Amino acid sequence: MRMIFRAVLLYLTIGAGAAPAALTIEITQGMEGAMPIAVVPFGWTGTTSDAPENIAAIISSDLSRSGRFTPLPDRDLVAHPTAAEQVQFHNWRMLNVDNLVIGQVTETGAGGYTVQFQLFDVFRGKQLIGFSFPASHADLRRVAHHISDLIYKELTGEDGAFNTRIAYVTTANRGEQKSYTLLVADSDGYNPQTILNSGQPLMSPAWSSDGKRIAYVSFENKTAEIYTQDIASGARRKVASFKGINGAPAWSPDGRRLALTLSQDGNPEIYTMDLASLALKRLTSNAAIDTEPAWSPDGRSLVFTSDRGGAPQLYRIAASGGQAQRVTFEGKYNAGADFSPDGRKLAMVHGDGGAYRIAVLDIETGLLRVLTDGQLDESPSFSPNGSMIIYATGTGNREVLAAVSVDGRFRQRLSLQAGNVREPAWSPFAVD
Amino acid sequence: MRDQLKSLCALLLIGVLAGCSTTGGEKSATGEAAVEDRSITTEGGAVSTGVAGSGSFAGYSLDDPSSPLSRRVIYFEYDSSNVGAADQDLLSAHAAYLAGNPGQTVTLEGHADERGSREYNIGLGDRRSQAVRRILELHGVAPHQVNTVSYGEEKPAAEGHHDVAWRLNRRVEIVYTGR
Repeated sequence: MRMIFRAVLLYLTIGAGAAPAALTIEITQGMEGAMPIAVVPFGWTGTTSDAPENIAAIISSDLSRSGRFTPLPDRDLVAHPTAAEQVQFHNWRMLNVDNLVIGQVTETGAGGYTVQFQLFDVFRGKQLIGFSFPASHADLRRVAHHISDLIYKELTGEDGAFNTRIAYVTTANRGEQKSYTLLVADSDGYNPQTILNSGQPLMSPAWSSDGKRIAYVSFENKTAEIYTQDIASGARRKVASFKGINGAPAWSPDGRRLALTLSQDGNPEIYTMDLASLALKRLTSNAAIDTEPAWSPDGRSLVFTSDRGGAPQLYRIAASGGQAQRVTFEGKYNAGADFSPDGRKLAMVHGDGGAYRIAVLDIETGLLRVLTDGQLDESPSFSPNGSMIIYATGTGNREVLAAVSVDGRFRQRLSLQAGNVREPAWSPFAVD
Repeated sequence: MRDQLKSLCALLLIGVLAGCSTTGGEKSATGEAAVEDRSITTEGGAVSTGVAGSGSFAGYSLDDPSSPLSRRVIYFEYDSSNVGAADQDLLSAHAAYLAGNPGQTVTLEGHADERGSREYNIGLGDRRSQAVRRILELHGVAPHQVNTVSYGEEKPAAEGHHDVAWRLNRRVEIVYTGR
């Protein structure tokens, strides 16, 4: 019997060898004035000695990664209450924590669980919110992220983005050959899943607004082609394979169209494609490079990169076409724009004095702020709540991801133990 | 006829020249000093060895390492798609070969250095490969013989985040296909 078990285990390990490595996140610059909070390990009632997931640790890590909270380290927790009647508020007041989170996980049989939590205002000695969720084993991390969202919303007034995902591209050397992989992982780096692996470059992942599909550029046929892929089923469709460039796909907010760059008429121009009919509409007509379209959240206009003025700058054009208006004027190089979810800001690659950094432009005031301090920062992507920007950067000779708060005060790095990671794209909120 | 001979001579000269610079270029991927050597070798050594080495005016072979056709990479300045004078001559050698072998096709792979935005760099690589295509077509190559693809910064020839690597990565590679 034991032998059989071992054989099974071995088989599974081989299978698991193909599972991609998870990103690890480290906070590289903390934020002053972050709110102190205590998240007490959740109680556990079940048939095994430990709960299947450490819910409190997931919540604590989420809140910490947001830059808005400093959870108390476990060793400083003065007590471990798991129910409201066990809470002694004066103990927590002495530690100067503003808020306290407690909870319990209960096994309900047949692989089911109930996760219950309560958030308290320590100084007023009262409960702010409390919920109970049924969950399967596979749902436990999502429930923990959902609790983080509820706490974040209650205490900051803004939506949390903990139950979201990121897409990114990794590269690794396999002998002489390079291997390119497009992955999707939870926003805390967990649960990485391969979307596509190729021996040729993969580029420019872009989420559909419902978070269910991804568009990307693949060179698997030794030429640039754009595919859309259903994340759950893996089914994919080649939507653009014209002569020359097929690049920079961006979904319209209503999910019906794709903006893209094609050079079929001789040089790179911005087009929109109706995804039902694959009919194309050309938006730009200029001898310059026009590329990297980004839809405004209302779907009425697009911002794109063009060097029609001699160097790459951002321009805005109506989704129906017409005259393009220049939107960036500061610095010699502004490219690769991403709209903030409220449509008021643009994140971009900003080059000045030999360094390429991530900057944010306030569209109304025209104020540009450089947020990062790397040399080769690129591919900025807003979190769906607009609080953070994830981007690609380098450290030593490795490519890693980093995230920065929109005010530039809080930073973190997301890296792989081995290999390079690039081109992050933060998903929208889940529609489900 | 004399003009043709002259231009062939020039081409052969460039061939030797190109041989030098290609070797230098490969070396230079590992260090800065090697690239400094490259320009010295190119300007200093090329003229004398070139004349000595040129003898035959027979048609160039793609597989002959001493043929100018063995040099298949054109380099560019930052954010530029201008082809230098020496490279113009090299391209006319490739064009002559292609015009004489209408069944032969090439893919021009355009590349950029890693700085800046990835899709804009795809645009730059495309602009470079289009510039090379125009020169080939100007010298009599049929449009259907030339295919282009831009890899932007996705396939660097040299690793590293410095001028030396960037110079080697801003390039168009002439890839003879279907042989």
